[in-house]
This record gives sequence, C-alpha cells and structure tokens, in this order.
Amino acid sequence: MNARFLRRIAPQIATLAAVVALIAFVFPGFFDISLANGRLYGSPIDILNRGAPVALLAIGMTLVIATGGIDLSVGAVMAICGAVAAWCVRQDYGLVSTLAVSLSAGLACGVWNGFLVAVLRIQPIVATLILMVAGRGIAQLITEGAILTFNHEGLIFMGSGAVFAIPTPVLLWLAMGALVTLIVRRSALGLLIEAIGVNQRASMLSGVNARVLIVAVYMTSGLCAALAGIIAAADIRGADANNAGLWLELDAILAVVIGGTSLLGGRFSIVASLIGAMIIQAVNTGILLSGFPPEFNLVIKAGIILVILVLQSPALRVATTFIKPARSLR
Amino acid sequence: MKSNILFGASLLASVAVMSSAASAQTIGFSQIGSESGWRAAETTLTRMEAEKRGIDLKFADAQQKQENQIKALRSFIAQGVDGILLAPVVATGWDSVLEEAKEADIPVVLLDRMVDSSDDLYLTAVGSDLVHEGKVAGEWLVGEVGDAECNVVELQGTTGSSPAIDRKAGFEEGISGHDNIKIVRSQTGDFTRAKGKEVMESFLKAEGGGANICALYAHNDDMAVGAIQAIKEAGLKPGEDIKIVSIDAVPDIFQAMAAGEANATVELTPNMAGPAFDALDAFMKDGTVPPKFIQTESKLFTQADDPAAIYEEKKDLGY
Repeated sequence: MNARFLRRIAPQIATLAAVVALIAFVFPGFFDISLANGRLYGSPIDILNRGAPVALLAIGMTLVIATGGIDLSVGAVMAICGAVAAWCVRQDYGLVSTLAVSLSAGLACGVWNGFLVAVLRIQPIVATLILMVAGRGIAQLITEGAILTFNHEGLIFMGSGAVFAIPTPVLLWLAMGALVTLIVRRSALGLLIEAIGVNQRASMLSGVNARVLIVAVYMTSGLCAALAGIIAAADIRGADANNAGLWLELDAILAVVIGGTSLLGGRFSIVASLIGAMIIQAVNTGILLSGFPPEFNLVIKAGIILVILVLQSPALRVATTFIKPARSLR
Repeated sequence: MKSNILFGASLLASVAVMSSAASAQTIGFSQIGSESGWRAAETTLTRMEAEKRGIDLKFADAQQKQENQIKALRSFIAQGVDGILLAPVVATGWDSVLEEAKEADIPVVLLDRMVDSSDDLYLTAVGSDLVHEGKVAGEWLVGEVGDAECNVVELQGTTGSSPAIDRKAGFEEGISGHDNIKIVRSQTGDFTRAKGKEVMESFLKAEGGGANICALYAHNDDMAVGAIQAIKEAGLKPGEDIKIVSIDAVPDIFQAMAAGEANATVELTPNMAGPAFDALDAFMKDGTVPPKFIQTESKLFTQADDPAAIYEEKKDLGY
C-alpha cells in the first residue's frame, strides 16, 4: 500500500523538486528561512502560504472531478463567502458565527450545484457555469461594489496569523486535506466516488446512492471554496468581490490534472492534487522572484506547465514502459 | 364654467412652472455603470455638483453596455435637455448618436474617457492625464530623497492596460536625470490588493529582506495598501523604512497616511463634472468654446495634508 502510494505521487514530487531546483538556480537565496514577527519567513513559506486558496479548491475539485464532474464556480463562491464573512464582521458578529455563516454560504452554493447536476441532470460544466457567472454578481451585491474592509483581529488571524510560527492558511489547507483524505480513504466513500466516476449507471445499479453522493461532493467543493474565500479576504483585510478568486477555478483544475487525476473521472488522489497546487504556486512565486518583466509571466508559466504535462502524458508513459525492460536486461 | 376657469388657471400655473424649470439647466448624464469604487464616487460627486449649481440632473446608468448609453442619449435628445455628460464605456461607435445631438444643438461633454469620433461632434472632454500623474509621483520622490541613493520597486497595473503603460512612463519621466534613483524591480500587481501583497512579499525576499528597497511606487492605491501589509508582516515599517507613493487617492490610502504607513498619493479626481458644468455654463451664457481637452488637476497629497480629515471627507462618496 505504502510503496504503491509513493509510486502514485512520485511524478508529482519529482516535478515539484525540479521546479524548486529551477527557482533556486535563478534565485540563490530561495531557501533562506528566518523567523520574523513570530512566524516563519522565507520564499518556501510564501509558496505554502500563497498556495493555500488553490490547494483548498483542489481538494474539493479532486472529488468533483473523480465523479466525472467539474466545478467552475469555485472562484465565484470564494468571492461570495469572502464578502459574506466581511459583511458579518462589519455587522459585529463574533468570529464563530461569522465563520459559520460564511461556510454555510459555501455549502449552500454546493447544494445548488449538486442539485443541478445530480437531480436535474444538467451537464456539470454548464450547471456550475451558472454560478460562476452569477456568483460574482451576488458577491458584488453583498459588497455593494466596494471593497468591504474590516479590522477584526480574529478574522484577520485566519489569513495572516500564525500558530507555532506556521502561517494559519498553511495549517488550514493541510488540516482540510488530511481530514478529507481520511474520510474518503478510511471508509468506502472514496471507492464509491470512483465507482460513480467510472460508470454512474453501473454504480447505481449496484446500490450506490449516486445522487446523494454527488450532492455531497459538490458541497465539499463549496465548503473548501468558502474556506479559501475567507482566507483570501482575511489576507487583505477586505472582501474584493471583483478580484477575489478570479480565474482560480482554472488553477484548481490544473492542480488536479497535474496531480494525475483524469478529467474523465474515476481514480483520484487528493495528496497528488495538493502537490499539484504547490507546483503551480512554486511556478508563480518563482516568476516573481526571477525579476523578469511582467510581460513574460504568462508565457513562462504556460511553458513550464506544458513541459510538466508532456512529461506526465500517457503517450510518454507508454514510451517509458518500453524503455524499462531494456534496463532490466542490462 | 367654473371648471373652465379652474382649468385655465391650472394651465397658466403649469406654464409658469415650465418656464421656471427652463431657466434652470437640465443636464443629462449617461454613466457607464458601477464598475469600480471610483466610478461610484464620480456619480456621487456629479450629483452633488449638480445640486450645488441648481442643475436638474437626469441620470442614466448604462450597466456597462453601450447600447444602453445610446438609448439614454437619444432619450435625453428627445426630452430636449440643455446639455449632455457622457462617460463612454467604449471608444468606438458614437458617431451617429453624437451627430443627432449636434443636429439638436445639444452640447455633449465627455467625462474621463475619450471617443474615436471626430472632435467637432462634442464640445469638450474632461479627463486626467495618466502620464502626468506618474510624473507627479516621480517628482515627489525626487524631492523626498534628494541626492541619497534610492532603489525603487514598482507595482505595475494590469500588463498592457493604458494606465499601467502611461503611469510607468510618467514616473520614469519624473525621475529621469536623477541617477541616484533606480527602479530595481518592476512587476504587475493587476491593480488588486491581493496581488499587490503577494508581489511585494517576493520583492522583499528578492531584495535582501527589504534592506535594499528605499521606496515603493504603486500604480494604484489598492496595490499599495496590499504592499503595506506585506511590509508590516516582514517586520519593517512602511512609510519609514520604505517610502510609499501611489496614485488614485482612494479613502483607504488616507487612512494609511494618517497612520504614517504611506507617504504620498496623486489624486485621480472623481470630480470631472465640476469642470464639465463650468464649461457648459460658459458656453451657454456667451458661447465661449472651451478647449477640446480639459485636464483635471493631478493633486499630490502627503502626510502633511491632514489625511485623517480627507478620509472623513471621502469615505462617504461611495468609493
């Protein structure tokens, strides 16, 4: 089991190591980590910290994609939940009720998506596109078009605080990843989700309640997006309905793909998706550290992602299987 | 009979009301929509300016659609307003409706953005000069650091957008001839707080924990606000260890200036209506034709300008 697991995530770890090595080559001071203001400070920490929203989105997205679906609305749900959280603290709600209301908003968005997909049987890409477009409008209605700023220490702690010198967002995505992995892998849930992704009708005929599971999976995605939205708002001490989570749904899907989960559904690995999210953030941070003019940002990112995906492509994997026996003969 | 007299009296009264209404100006204002806080502030200030001058302002929100703006302009023309303010959402496609306004002898003043139509179709355009804004920021920094060596990091706006290009060019113009001031790093922050913070974090790491950075120039205040948080989290004092100058003059930067965490901002004034009303007024009174472009003042605000009071003034404008 352990060896199989390591073999599963080996390509992702190798890629992450390669990207990090590349950054360290361009920017030699990369590994300098120090303690500032009671929290760890350094570029590797930045990657873990800034990657938190995409990592959280990738957790939910992995499960959704494993069922053969896709959730395009996560970026907009981030904006909604960030706006809800900011609105709540400005109304003098306590931290607990603010988080409860905001996370419930994320769950409600998940129920909406799940209802469209599982009950009305609308294709996931279209069903979630509705909330992707409408969600930002909803968030703007809550913030009334302005950036809702706040100075609530508790909420700010979610974005820029630290526990034992580790930034809170890092702990949150690690905890969420561990929790969801445990739930789906220590029970039959993961297997059932994969069964739905491989063949929904067959899984239903063999007694899997696909409808409920699909709704639950979209709710998980909504919950993860809500947490990501709270972190994003807390980080800048304000809810920016126009820009919070903008295009992050695409980064989250990319993280899942780099993690080796097929967009057609079926077998999935949350850990590999999380490493995928870190690879994306490492590329982003590396570009910022490298000092290239901003016009190159997107081209460099696209180039690196292309190399990663080509290296992981099935065609190349087939090619390597032909090479392996030759090695063993030597 | 009695009812006839009453009818006549009410008719007279209504004529009287109409004539008094005609003596006050009626101006139509076609606004793009509420795309940003600055836009909202522009709308608020236009209404305040109109009220101050006793102008009857007819307001139309186009919700970011040109067709709505054209419809609004046609309805203003049909109502026979005295003048039209137009904040065009796009630059092209205005020829026919502007010609209709011209045929009806209604002067049109463009606010903030330009159109690609021939300039005899509108009276004048009121706007800011983006290059000049950057130059004001650069000149402030030159005066602030004197002959000391100064490494500047720059947070650009969205790559390829005209404010980003012009504000960068203006700043470089402002610091040109002062070789002690160098831009050591320049990266886009997409005009947002979150990206401003993230990019500033990497600037700090790349430049010796911030020790090599003397000043930050941000193309808008929001990125500066994000960067201020990044500087604070790195254990440095924004405003002292790293001087901060940005553009726009939104309320939040005044809060930062009041706390000593930002040094200067250049105002992109949302009061474009004031100069527009002045130009319309002069044109209607004695036919004074204003220049084709009225440049608004790019005013520099520093910590010496009582930022706390300006924050109070600005916070309710809808930014």
